Amino acid sequence: MSSIIAIVTLQENKVRGGGAPTFYVEKQEDLQHTAFTLEKILDATAHDLKNGVMILVDHKNSGKH
Amino acid sequence: MVANFINHLLQQHYTVAVIEGIIFGVLTRLQLLRTDYRQYPTYPHGKIIHISLGVIAAGLGAIAVPALLEKNYTAVTFLTVGAQQFRDVRNMERESLTRIDAMELVPRGATYIEGIAMVFEGRNYLVIFAAFVTSLFSITFAWYWGIAAGIAALCTSLVFRSGKNIVQIAEVTEAPVIVKGPDLYVGDIYIMNIGLEDTQKLVEKHGLGVILTPRNENSKVTLANLGQRQAILHDLSTVLGVYRDSGEPSLVPMAKLDLNDGRLAVFLLPQVHDSGKAVTAIKHVPVLESAVRLPSESAAHDTGKAGK
Repeated sequence: MSSIIAIVTLQENKVRGGGAPTFYVEKQEDLQHTAFTLEKILDATAHDLKNGVMILVDHKNSGKH
Repeated sequence: MVANFINHLLQQHYTVAVIEGIIFGVLTRLQLLRTDYRQYPTYPHGKIIHISLGVIAAGLGAIAVPALLEKNYTAVTFLTVGAQQFRDVRNMERESLTRIDAMELVPRGATYIEGIAMVFEGRNYLVIFAAFVTSLFSITFAWYWGIAAGIAALCTSLVFRSGKNIVQIAEVTEAPVIVKGPDLYVGDIYIMNIGLEDTQKLVEKHGLGVILTPRNENSKVTLANLGQRQAILHDLSTVLGVYRDSGEPSLVPMAKLDLNDGRLAVFLLPQVHDSGKAVTAIKHVPVLESAVRLPSESAAHDTGKAGK
């Protein structure tokens, strides 16, 4: 199964729980920038939830490489 | 004196038959040992291994006939030792391919590996068969009948050389890669969510989409098989190259099904952006033996038809 390893969000109230480290950003560009940096560092895939939240997902255990 | 002479001739007869058997066995192995774009078996050592094993297999097959005729049944049981040996060939191939696979940017997948390993084992049995038939005909009739049988066996092995290709089970057509915000589609089939704008642009620029439409109910199941899909992706990226590096999971090639009609969408970022070549490459991907199912042969479908 895939797992969320980090969350980048514009709005704090969109994210709850403590399953993964969450990064708050202020602007749309920062959202992209932070997600990009995290993607390269974590070897994960950035996905856009289309509500100002981006998640970095590790697909390695889901059969997807 | 006469008896001695006949005996001597008989010995010669066997020798000729065994030599013919070995020659045709090895020829069969050589004919079946083609290294194509997949570069497997690898050259030169992979080939040397398989040619040597082919010589052993040919020897086994050729010698079995005189052993049988001389009522040396113990010798015939050595064929089972041979079979064990060739099962090991399958294990060896599976093991080494699985290890190599971990280092591939686009892996072959377990089903493809199993298919390749199975082929290596099966071909050695074809070699035994060719050598056996040649030797048998040479001994029971005359040396030239051995050659004729050998040629026939060679032709038979040609029939078994290649299985089906994708083109026989599916229609392959080019399809546009559509990036709608973070959503990626090939034609109308959803592939995945891409978060980064940077990657979205890259996909729009380099992405290539192909849709495979299954020809019937049976091919639908084969196309849906994950191993078959991985084989398509692997072969396609071997032919066209792949625009990706380690640690870039968002650039991974993917194949997704349309669950409603069983069509398969293939998405790839190739080095060579040529959809014509991509379509041709997919058409020639082998249909994996282990992925084939024939639901149409099931009794359940027959009763269904009768009920209609």
